[in-house]
Amino acid sequence: MSDDKYLQKSELIRVKDLSFLQRAYVVEILKGMFTAVKQIFKPKFTMQYPEVKVEHAASFRGRPVLVEENGTERCVACGLCSRVCPALAIEVQAGETPLAKERYPEKFEINMTRCIFCGFCEEVCPEEAIIMSNEYELAFSSQAESVFGKDRLLKSAQEMKPRLDFLRDHR
Amino acid sequence: MPTVKITLDGVQLEVDNKKTIIEAARENNVHIPHFCWHEKLSASGNCRICLVEVEKMPKLAIACMTQVAEGMIVHTKNERVINAREAVMEFILINHPLDCPICDEAGECKLQDYAYKYSKGFSRFIDDKNHKEKRVEIGPRVMFDAERCISCSRCIRFCDEVAGVHQLQFVQRGDRVTIETFPGESLDNPYSMNVVDICPVGALTNKEFRFKSRVWEMSFTDSVCSGCARGCNIEIGVRNNEILRLNPRKNDDVNSVWMCDHGRLETWKHVNAETRIKSPMIRKEGQLVEVGWDEAIAKTASELKSFGKNEIALLGSAYATNEDNYVFAKFAREVLGTKNIDFARHHSGADDAVLIRADKTPNATGAEIVGVHPADGGLSFEKIIAGIKEGKIKAVYAMECDFASLPGVEEALSKLEFLAVHASNENATTKHADVVFAASTYAEKNGTITNFQQRVQRIRPAVTTLEQDRAMDNFEMSRWDKFAAHNDKWGKGPRRDARPSWKIVASIAGVMGTKFKYNTADDVFNEICQKVEGFKGLSFLKVGKKGALLKQSTVTA
Repeated sequence: MSDDKYLQKSELIRVKDLSFLQRAYVVEILKGMFTAVKQIFKPKFTMQYPEVKVEHAASFRGRPVLVEENGTERCVACGLCSRVCPALAIEVQAGETPLAKERYPEKFEINMTRCIFCGFCEEVCPEEAIIMSNEYELAFSSQAESVFGKDRLLKSAQEMKPRLDFLRDHR
Repeated sequence: MPTVKITLDGVQLEVDNKKTIIEAARENNVHIPHFCWHEKLSASGNCRICLVEVEKMPKLAIACMTQVAEGMIVHTKNERVINAREAVMEFILINHPLDCPICDEAGECKLQDYAYKYSKGFSRFIDDKNHKEKRVEIGPRVMFDAERCISCSRCIRFCDEVAGVHQLQFVQRGDRVTIETFPGESLDNPYSMNVVDICPVGALTNKEFRFKSRVWEMSFTDSVCSGCARGCNIEIGVRNNEILRLNPRKNDDVNSVWMCDHGRLETWKHVNAETRIKSPMIRKEGQLVEVGWDEAIAKTASELKSFGKNEIALLGSAYATNEDNYVFAKFAREVLGTKNIDFARHHSGADDAVLIRADKTPNATGAEIVGVHPADGGLSFEKIIAGIKEGKIKAVYAMECDFASLPGVEEALSKLEFLAVHASNENATTKHADVVFAASTYAEKNGTITNFQQRVQRIRPAVTTLEQDRAMDNFEMSRWDKFAAHNDKWGKGPRRDARPSWKIVASIAGVMGTKFKYNTADDVFNEICQKVEGFKGLSFLKVGKKGALLKQSTVTA
């Protein structure tokens, strides 16, 4: 039955014959040029990237970052992001800290050439410590450059407020 | 053995009448959850999670303390039991912190597993959880987190019953109950770290391994401890090609389920150490210089040829495997023709009542049986050293043994004209050596070792050297080992250009004109099984995970 349905549909969208005007070609060209010329008088949508950059909404999944709060990272180095990452992009090495949270990431590295921006790390994080930012400019000239350490991953909670608020409202 | 018939979940079973329900069920592959019960400890019956229904008993009974009886009908999976388990789990979880992400036990935690299997999955408790002391140094090697403790008393019973020292006890009552050492004491017995293994939660943790790695990031390879002649069965935990911890593995004939702290902490650090010999070295103008294998082998072969057979002495090793020692002894016999072959013994202290042996080497028994002992008229270890001092012995070829660190040996070594050694790490002997071969450690090679009971046990490689590959050579693999690409940093620990000793000896023999045809350690072991009385009929397969006793052995323990 499904086969029949499929056949019917494909016959419907098939245009078998063109009219005389369409076959005449010139008319169709003029129509197309008219559409193009019309656009000149309409507002512009093109963005002058990289001079002008897109500000994405809080729901955008850019590169993951680590949230820094009160001078220290929220991360407790539990390694769940590393475990859940389908691309195995994250490496965490825990260390001990005298703070109440007991452990902190001695090393936290994300291989951005592996990251697929799925947001699983953000979802699994028990501390809301790794979240997706709105940064999307990720071009590298070497393998080594593409591995982000804590120095490039840490962002203050203040700066990440839009995303944190978004997560609170929509999760 | 008098038996009784019981019905367990509708299945008729015949079991020993001395057994408890939990033991009978376990024998027949029925899992009854338990926290406080441990197969090697006395039952205390305080966690209540093992409740089962016994027909004609008015209330549910705890399986760990109820002895089986004729005609008993036990249900372990009916609704009443499931409800009771959920209630017990709810009680235990009232004050247990929800800190699995920062807990070292996560991934191998009984409470975590049972929370998934036997719990409702949510809490009705709205008040604050109890707060207790965290990060208590209960002993020099063990850290205690009182909040996580579920008061099962396994650690207390372990100290009393297995370690034989009364160091721990409950204090307080009710939800304030916690574990403390007796005043002025600390949990410092030589077996203290076993409490970390038996703790069903993360209350007692290994101070050294603390936060080093999550357990699911590691691979675990079955092997044997090299700390003493007992040869406790262990698992080697490896991540990024680095050993991170050892765990005991069950073997009732050798170590039950325990191991000593010395074995757990001190027997593997040299494998990761900076002092590892990274490739073969030759002494040139007073300095050891890294060279290729061929050069080092050729140099050793030509030097050994230049001495008379009575001027050469060979030192095997009680740290090396049976295979290494067999090939070494065969080299002495068939290639050099020397009778001066022995190995150094390392005894200290006395045997204790639990596991630790005075012989601090893993394979003294095996080395001797496979042929590393002076032949008729040959010199023993003491006489070899005396011979060096007198100038009678001019060349020594030693395998995996730091014999220079023994008292009175080092000053004699300067008299030697030639000293070749196999070593995994820089040590007192390599300082005097003319040729140093980079030997694989016990964690990097296949082989067998023979413990003091004359039990042959397998060791398996857990760390890769340059000539091995995790996937190709059937290593245990963690998830990261499986999926790491060549340009990934992780999954790539340091790999050394080391080879097992038997392979090095065989190469030297080859250069000296005698072909030893071995490709793998199996080949060597198979030859041992043909040539050495006692090993007859054995194979790697028969040795298996639990070891095999030598034939006509005289078991002393």
